[in-house]
Amino acid sequence: MNTVLAAVLASLLSVAALLALIRLYRGPSLLDRVIAADMLLATMIGAVGAEAAINRHATTLPVLVVLALLGFVGSVSLVRFAVRERP
Amino acid sequence: MTPAAGLPPPPTAADRLGAVTPGAVADWLGAVTPGAVADWLGAVSLVAGALLSLAAAIGVLRFPDALTRMHAATKPQVLGVLLLLLGVALRLRSPADLGMIALVGVLQLATAPVAAQMIGRAAYRSGRLDRKLLDADELAEH
Repeated sequence: MNTVLAAVLASLLSVAALLALIRLYRGPSLLDRVIAADMLLATMIGAVGAEAAINRHATTLPVLVVLALLGFVGSVSLVRFAVRERP
Repeated sequence: MTPAAGLPPPPTAADRLGAVTPGAVADWLGAVTPGAVADWLGAVSLVAGALLSLAAAIGVLRFPDALTRMHAATKPQVLGVLLLLLGVALRLRSPADLGMIALVGVLQLATAPVAAQMIGRAAYRSGRLDRKLLDADELAEH
């Protein structure tokens, strides 16, 4: 069960991350890239959590907290300070 | 939960037959422990969260403008991450880990709407949206 679960989760999350990376590369504006980066970070939270769940260890749980905060800080600061708004 | 477990122990002669004896049924039901049930439920929610992430990634790739892409991208940020964290919690099952997992869930729930609101506002103000896709534009008078 564990091997099948690991294979299914790895393939699903890898394809999701790959599609988000394609949008990150293509995205016509910075906003699309911010959205894709948020989406990629959510996929990474899922991947790190799935690895912890499959191997039954809790050593990477603080990484999940850091990733959850990083997505917020990164996207808000990018949108707030890097997107040029019309006056 | 295990109705056959209350039966008296079967005679050993019945075990030697190799048939489906009450003892075999009791053994099988004894294998379905709460831990195994939690493991399977955790696996199901992990796969559901991963599927949600994949669907959202397809949406992010295929949708036409920033607002619709944001609509797709918020699904794994809230429901997908919560499902995956539920799967982790169902498989780890210790109180300290549950606290950390709940912290991740609360942080994600508190920060995702704020970030989405700022991205949406920036997208509207910088005109990065397809007006033909809008049903109503309540900010048009500003």
